[in-house]
Amino acid sequence: MIEVSGVSKDYAKQKVVALDDISFTVNDGEFVTIVGQSGAGKSTLVRLLIAEEKPDKGRIVVNNWDVGLIKKKHIPMFRRQIGVVFQDFKLLEKKTAAENVSFAMEVCGRSRREIREQVPKILDIVNLSKRADLFPHQLSGGEKQRVAIARALIHKPKLLVADEPTGNLDSLNAWEIVQLLLKINELGTTVVMVSHNREIVNAIKRRVITMDEGKIVRNQDSGKYIL
Amino acid sequence: MPGFLRVLKFGAENFWRNIWLSVATTLIMVVTLFIITTIVILNLLANVAVDQVQKKVDLTVYFKTTAQEDRILEVRSQVQNLNNVETVRFVSKDDALAQFKKAHQDDELILKSLEELDENPLEASLVVKAIRTEDYEGISDFLSSDRFSDVIGKVDFQENKDVIDRLVRIANTIRKGGLAVGGAFVVIAILVVFNTVRLAIYTHKEEIGIMKLVGATNWFIRGPFLLEGVFYGIIGAAITLAMLYPILNAANPKITAFFDGQSFDMVQFFSQNLLWIAGGMVALGILLGIISSSIAVGRYLRK
Repeated sequence: MIEVSGVSKDYAKQKVVALDDISFTVNDGEFVTIVGQSGAGKSTLVRLLIAEEKPDKGRIVVNNWDVGLIKKKHIPMFRRQIGVVFQDFKLLEKKTAAENVSFAMEVCGRSRREIREQVPKILDIVNLSKRADLFPHQLSGGEKQRVAIARALIHKPKLLVADEPTGNLDSLNAWEIVQLLLKINELGTTVVMVSHNREIVNAIKRRVITMDEGKIVRNQDSGKYIL
Repeated sequence: MPGFLRVLKFGAENFWRNIWLSVATTLIMVVTLFIITTIVILNLLANVAVDQVQKKVDLTVYFKTTAQEDRILEVRSQVQNLNNVETVRFVSKDDALAQFKKAHQDDELILKSLEELDENPLEASLVVKAIRTEDYEGISDFLSSDRFSDVIGKVDFQENKDVIDRLVRIANTIRKGGLAVGGAFVVIAILVVFNTVRLAIYTHKEEIGIMKLVGATNWFIRGPFLLEGVFYGIIGAAITLAMLYPILNAANPKITAFFDGQSFDMVQFFSQNLLWIAGGMVALGILLGIISSSIAVGRYLRK
């Protein structure tokens, strides 16, 4: 699913090496957690995985697309094969939960019928059917993140990238979100989760990639958050 | 097709959501289109005026009363052979007298004094029409040359020339001034629409980010903003057209009077060419709108 080999990225302006010659592979159906302190290069890695930026050196292949070579006009096609959620949810405050999900389908050109049929189903997967008509400010943090996950699922992605999905949540909500991600993973979607949350990383006992100063310092199959 | 309708809907939403800004922008568009239309009309009127005066222009050659008829006919045939001459009309002494009498038929004194004379005091003349106004000068020079000095008394052209020169100058001034004023307003309209679309892009930053994230195509992201510019153009053109008719109707009697009632009806002209005028105006509006919004989209939605 993901093949990263010898990838480096630095930001000339800040004179910081964000990623320094990193390599790893993620297989189809895996659940991988990427941990590390702030500035370790996790966010840069996420931006490369969703083709928001290109590597300076090395090769990064996501779902058979070479991110370094991807053409601008193909980026929308590429993005429709991966789902992304962020720490700050990125929901539209003036739209309800259901509208946030249907907006994403609308702007991707889905038919009205398809939207009408799919949105309730997707909201059901994230267990938000009863909260569909509420606005983000009426929802808890965990619920907002579930709306964001629902939106990420509209294209039935093969890969879900979650950048600090529990960063803004209390432990109970965080745990619910992780359970949801595990459930999505069980349904066949590869999940890459960037996280700070030691308890969660340790509890789920999945593969952990640890980063520090732009390098991968540990890559364990059933890992722990050790720094 | 649901795609296009949706982009249309988003574009219309951009327009409505900031309605006062949209109204202001549309007004600038109206002012610009109106000024450009006015300039075009003024230009048209100036051209009509020049045309009409030019049609009236001719060059008259007065022969000396002593001139022999065969000499006169010789001059006539030479003038006719010039390739920049359209027509030559010969007015004999008798014709001239008849015309003179007719022109002064109410003036007893003149008619009486005419009768006192033994012979016809009026000269025979040639009325020459050139193909183009610029040609008169050459024809005049040709006729004023020495080889005709034995028969030709006077070549009368100068007075008309001044009138035409003045009219052509006015027409040119209108054209140049119009171009400058029109150009300035085109720039203003483009800047205002550009700024409005830029603001719309700014207020939709979040949506745009999400659209990119979920894989919306470029057309879906940019289309609404481009269409917003097109809306300003179309609505602006429609309002301008609606305003133009009453104004033209009000001004028409004055315009007709200015041309001495010489068969130039502005309203009729516009009615006959409505399709072209409306089409041209809408096209211009759309062009202005799309240029501005393209610049805004190109600058602020590149990534």
